[in-house]
Amino acid sequence: MKILAVLKMVPDVVEELEIGEDGKSLDLEFLRLIVNERDEHALEEALLLKEQHGGTVTAVALDAPDIDDVLFTALAKGADRAVKITDAGESLSTRAAAALLAKALPAVPDLMPVDLVLLGCSATDDLDGQSAAVLAHALGLPYVGVVSQVQADAGRLRVMKEFPGGVLGEFETTVLAVIGVQAAEKPPRYVPVAKVRAAMKSGGIDEVAADGPADVAPLEVLQMTKPEASGQAEMLEGSPEELAAKVGELLTERGML
Amino acid sequence: MPGNVWVVAEHWRGQVSEITYELLALGRELADGLGVRLDAVLLGHQAKDLAQTLAADTVLYGDDPALAEPTAEAHSKALAALVSERQPAAVLLPLSNVTGDVAGLLPAELDAPLVTSCRDVRVTDGRLEAVCLLYGGKMDATVAAGAGAALLGVLPGVRSADKGRADAAPQIEDVAVSVPAERRVQFGKYVEPEAGDVDITQQEVLIAVGRGIANEDNVELAQELATALGGAVCGSRPVIDQGWLSMSRQVGKSGAIVKPKVYIAAGISGAPEHVEGMKASDLIIAINTDADAPIFNVAHYGIVDDCLDVLPAVLDAVAARKG
Repeated sequence: MKILAVLKMVPDVVEELEIGEDGKSLDLEFLRLIVNERDEHALEEALLLKEQHGGTVTAVALDAPDIDDVLFTALAKGADRAVKITDAGESLSTRAAAALLAKALPAVPDLMPVDLVLLGCSATDDLDGQSAAVLAHALGLPYVGVVSQVQADAGRLRVMKEFPGGVLGEFETTVLAVIGVQAAEKPPRYVPVAKVRAAMKSGGIDEVAADGPADVAPLEVLQMTKPEASGQAEMLEGSPEELAAKVGELLTERGML
Repeated sequence: MPGNVWVVAEHWRGQVSEITYELLALGRELADGLGVRLDAVLLGHQAKDLAQTLAADTVLYGDDPALAEPTAEAHSKALAALVSERQPAAVLLPLSNVTGDVAGLLPAELDAPLVTSCRDVRVTDGRLEAVCLLYGGKMDATVAAGAGAALLGVLPGVRSADKGRADAAPQIEDVAVSVPAERRVQFGKYVEPEAGDVDITQQEVLIAVGRGIANEDNVELAQELATALGGAVCGSRPVIDQGWLSMSRQVGKSGAIVKPKVYIAAGISGAPEHVEGMKASDLIIAINTDADAPIFNVAHYGIVDDCLDVLPAVLDAVAARKG
């Protein structure tokens, strides 16, 4: 199988996020970017499928800070090729990035067509759409999202989509589809830094210029704010022991002790 | 004259989903604010009876065998044709695992943006404004809906479902739907979750662990506390994805909706996908190193500290109180 895994960078939400001077976007200066967690699962699922069925995995990403590290890591994990789409512009919205990618992919030498495109079904910075669905539509391919298992067999794909309450829904489609991955069947593999360094030395990243900017207007953001606490949490302070004593009191009050 | 406000009615396995009523309650406010009517769009097969409970002025009902199951391609193409024909002012789409793909594909069909992760929508000066939850719940972006039909993906819990349930049967209008002749994606079957050793929806006390629990061995710490309190351990997505807890222990969008008497969230940031599964708990105590973690927005008591330091101390305190 020839599989494409699409990766994108998103703000690391574990870090403190600050609002920029315009009051409408994040302050980019101290922003730490990480690869979208769902995309990381998509890459893992691609590598698992390659291990089962043979074939190749190509990791593709739009240019972004630290993206080279992410692509080299993908190579170190077992991807056969890494492609970086350059000249894409900065701070693209989800919809603009997907549109640009859909235009750029056919222009990458020796890449399309593929049998399967895997990417995360969502990202924490989605404001104007879902990458995977927009990309599927633009490429004219079938789409299933929120998927946590992908099986390929005789030209068909069988995917399990998550429904509420732990129920899974089984869907079938032809190969040559876009699948929005929620989770891989195994946790994304760890790769030691030495292996990433080796990938940097041995393999290169193919750079392909984007085919002009995406013709997609961004949404009009009026303001960005930190959400106000709705529950007005009472913050407890003290040493772990003092905190534990207070939790003990709360549990006793509630009749749990 | 602006078009009506539409709510896409989600139904699944013969039942209207709770989120449909929540969106109808919101849709009524928006329709009143804009001075237009509220329509529910119910697409399915032999599902007309489900229209009875929907608190809309009119239910637009479209029937086709291809719409029997939540296959996103058929639903989004049928919806796109209806939106193009009737030009509603806004389309509210449930952001659940059932309808989320439709919310992804419909805007692409219409070459329009989806205003996604809306936790609120309001009418300001005759215009729709949405408040969208970004970055795992750490930021709100207030977005102005543009010209044309505003496509709004709305998170669960936006309004109380009660106001979205009809007291009297609504007017039902049968509409013609166009679905693609070729079904590129075919629904097979539903697979029930494997029964876990405990049913976390039935527990009075839940100790929930997230990424902050750091590794699989530390889950034992939460388990000990749960045992001491006669409860159970559950977790957020990252812990399930790592395989540290089974899927039957997952709280949130793809997992269980829980309402225990006590919910201790240890090392859980509080992403919207998790919060929708636990926010109705009677008492929520959150422990997280990040003072900005959105879990503190829903918690009743918050502790900014490492759960790996606090949990052992709580375990000791519980043991001492039990004598």
